[in-house]
Amino acid sequence: MHIPDGYLSPQTCAVTYAAALPFWYVASRRVSALMQTRAVPLIAVVSAFCFVVMMFNLPLPGGTSGHAVGMTIAAIVLGPWPAVAAISIALLVQAVFFGDGGLTAYGANCLNMGIVGPFAGWALYHLFAGSSGVASRRRVVAAALAGYLSINVAALCAGVEFGVQPMLFHAADGTPLYAPYPLSVAVPAMLIGHLTFAGLAEAVITGGLVAYLQRADPTLLTSPGRGSRTEAGTEAGTEFGKDTAAGAGWRGTRRLWAGVGALMVLSPLGLLAAGTAWGEWRAADFASRAGRDAMAAASGAAPPQAPPAGLARLSEIWTAPMPDYAPAFLHSEIFGYILSAMVGGGLIVLVFAGLSALAARRRIDA
Amino acid sequence: MSDTVPSPSPAPAGYGACDCGPTGRRKGGALDRVLRGLGAVAEHARSAEQMASRRGLLQGLDPRIKVAGLGALVLSATLTHRLEILGALFVLACALALASRIPLWRLARQVWIGVGLFSGALALPALFLVPGAPLVAGLPVSGPGLVSAAFLLGRAETAASFAVLLVLTTPWPHVLKALRSLRVPVALVAILGMTHRYIFLLLESAAEMVEARRARLLGPLPPKAERRLVVGAVGALLLRSLDLAGEVHLAMVARGYRGEVRLIDEFRIRPRDWLALACALAVPVAILWGQA
Repeated sequence: MHIPDGYLSPQTCAVTYAAALPFWYVASRRVSALMQTRAVPLIAVVSAFCFVVMMFNLPLPGGTSGHAVGMTIAAIVLGPWPAVAAISIALLVQAVFFGDGGLTAYGANCLNMGIVGPFAGWALYHLFAGSSGVASRRRVVAAALAGYLSINVAALCAGVEFGVQPMLFHAADGTPLYAPYPLSVAVPAMLIGHLTFAGLAEAVITGGLVAYLQRADPTLLTSPGRGSRTEAGTEAGTEFGKDTAAGAGWRGTRRLWAGVGALMVLSPLGLLAAGTAWGEWRAADFASRAGRDAMAAASGAAPPQAPPAGLARLSEIWTAPMPDYAPAFLHSEIFGYILSAMVGGGLIVLVFAGLSALAARRRIDA
Repeated sequence: MSDTVPSPSPAPAGYGACDCGPTGRRKGGALDRVLRGLGAVAEHARSAEQMASRRGLLQGLDPRIKVAGLGALVLSATLTHRLEILGALFVLACALALASRIPLWRLARQVWIGVGLFSGALALPALFLVPGAPLVAGLPVSGPGLVSAAFLLGRAETAASFAVLLVLTTPWPHVLKALRSLRVPVALVAILGMTHRYIFLLLESAAEMVEARRARLLGPLPPKAERRLVVGAVGALLLRSLDLAGEVHLAMVARGYRGEVRLIDEFRIRPRDWLALACALAVPVAILWGQA
C-alpha cells in the first residue's frame, strides 16, 4: 500500500500533506507532554519495531504469504497518538532510506497507514472488545477484526486517492496524467488485495500478538491503573495506557479541529471534478440528454431508455435534505458545498461521540 | 510442538546461509523467508554506506544541497505533463548515477526491477481500460492508454531513481544533519537518527531469534505452527523493543539528557554547491513555466 512517487498529482500530494499536518502536530504535542524525556527514545525504538515488523513474512492459509503493517497493534499497545508518531517516522525512514513509498506521496501514505489506519484500528478494537476481561478470547477476536478492517479502511483511502486522479488531472484530450483508473476501478482493485491476503496477514498478526501479550505481559493490554510494572521498559508502555484513556475522551483534541476545519474548507476541490461521480446518477439523469451522455461516456455503453424501476421507486421515498450537497436556498455553489461538508462532518463527529459515550457507560456498568 | 525437538543431527546446523539440502528442510519456509528479508535490509544499508564513501559528483556535494536538489528533481518528475521531459529526467538520473560512480546495474537491481514489476502490473491494464481510439486496428490497445501507462511507469521509475541516489551518495547522519539545517524540528531529527540506529539492532535481534529457532528444527513445520512461530517472534520483539526503549531512556538521562536534543552542524557550502542547487531548482521552475 506504499504509494510511490508519480501516482498522485502534486496537488493531491499537497492536500494530503496539509491534512496530515495537524495530526502530526497534535501527536507530537501530546506525546512529548505525556512522556517528557521518554518520548524521544520510545518513539524511536517503536518506529524501528514498526519498520522491522514489515519484514516479517507471514505464511497464510492457502499457501500464500503476506506481511503486516502493524498499525493496529501499535495503536492498541501505545494508544493512537503515539502510534501516529511512530508509524509516520517508520514510513519516513522507509521512503527516504529504502525508497519504499514516494517522497511526494509521503503525506498520502501517512494519512492512510499512519493516521486513518491506527485510529480506525484503535476505535474498532475498543468497540468490539467492549468491557471484556484482559485475558478473554473476545479481545483476540476484536483485535483480529480491528486489524482486518483498519487495513481495509486504509486501502479504501488509497483507492479513493488513486480514483480521483483521472477525474481531476488529465491532458486536453482526456489522457490521464497520473493514476489512470477511475474510482469504479481503483477502489475495488485496492480492496480485493486487502480483503484477502493483506487483510488476513494483518488480522493474524494483530490477533496473534494480543493473544501473545495476554500470556506474556497482560499489563500492556490493561487500561491504566489496573496494573503497573516497575521495569523501566514496560513502565513506558503503561504510561501510554493513560494516554489511551485520556484519548477516549474528547478533551484536549481541540487543535485537531483545525485539521478537520482545513479539510472542510478544502472540500470544494470536489467541485473541480467534472460531472457526476460514476454510479451516482439520479432518476432524472436518465431523461436529460446531458445526463445520458455522461453515463454513456463513463460506462462505455448506452444507458437504458427509462430509469431502472427500483431507482425510480426509491428516489420517491428518500429525498436527501441537501440534494447535490448544496441546499436550494444557497446561490453560491462553493459555499453550499462547504456548508454541506461541515454538516456532514458534524454528523459523523456526533455519531462517534455517541458511540464512545455509550461504550463508556457500558464499561462503568460492567 | 512434537515436531520440533532439539536437533540430534551430528552435522551441526551452522549459522549463515541455509544449505537446506541433506536435512530435507524446506527451502522457502517462513523462517527462511524472514531471514532473507532481514538480511536484504542489512545488505542494502551496508552497500549504500560503501557507495556513499566513493569519490564522485554527488558524493562531493553538500548534503543540504543534495536533499533540496534531488527533492526538486523528484518533484519535477511528478510535475511534468510531457513524456519527452520525463524521458530526459530519467536520462539525467542515469547520468548523475554514472558521474557518482554508481553502476547502472545497481540502480536496476534496487529500483528499476522492483518498481517496474509493481508499477508495470498496475499500468498494464491501463492499455486496455483507458478509453480512446485504438492504436492499431484490431488491437484493443488505445493511444491514451499507452500514454497514461507510460506516464505512470516513467514517473515512478524516475522519481525513485532520484530518491535512491540521495541515499546511495550520502551517509545517513549527513542526511539527518541536512534535514536539521533545513529547519526540520530537532526532536524529529534525533528520533530519525535513533530509529535508524535501532532498526539495525532490532534486525539483528530478530535474525538471531529466528536463526536460533531454525537451528532447532528438524523438518518443515506445518503452516499453522509456522504462523504461531512468526507471531511469537514478533511478540517477543515487541516486548524487547519496549524494554530497550526504557533502558535507552535511562542511559540518556544518566548522561545528562533533560529533554533537549543538541546536534552538531558542520557543513560548508561552496560555489559549486550553489551551482548544483541552481541547476536542480531550474528544472521544476522551467516545467511550471512551460505549463503555465
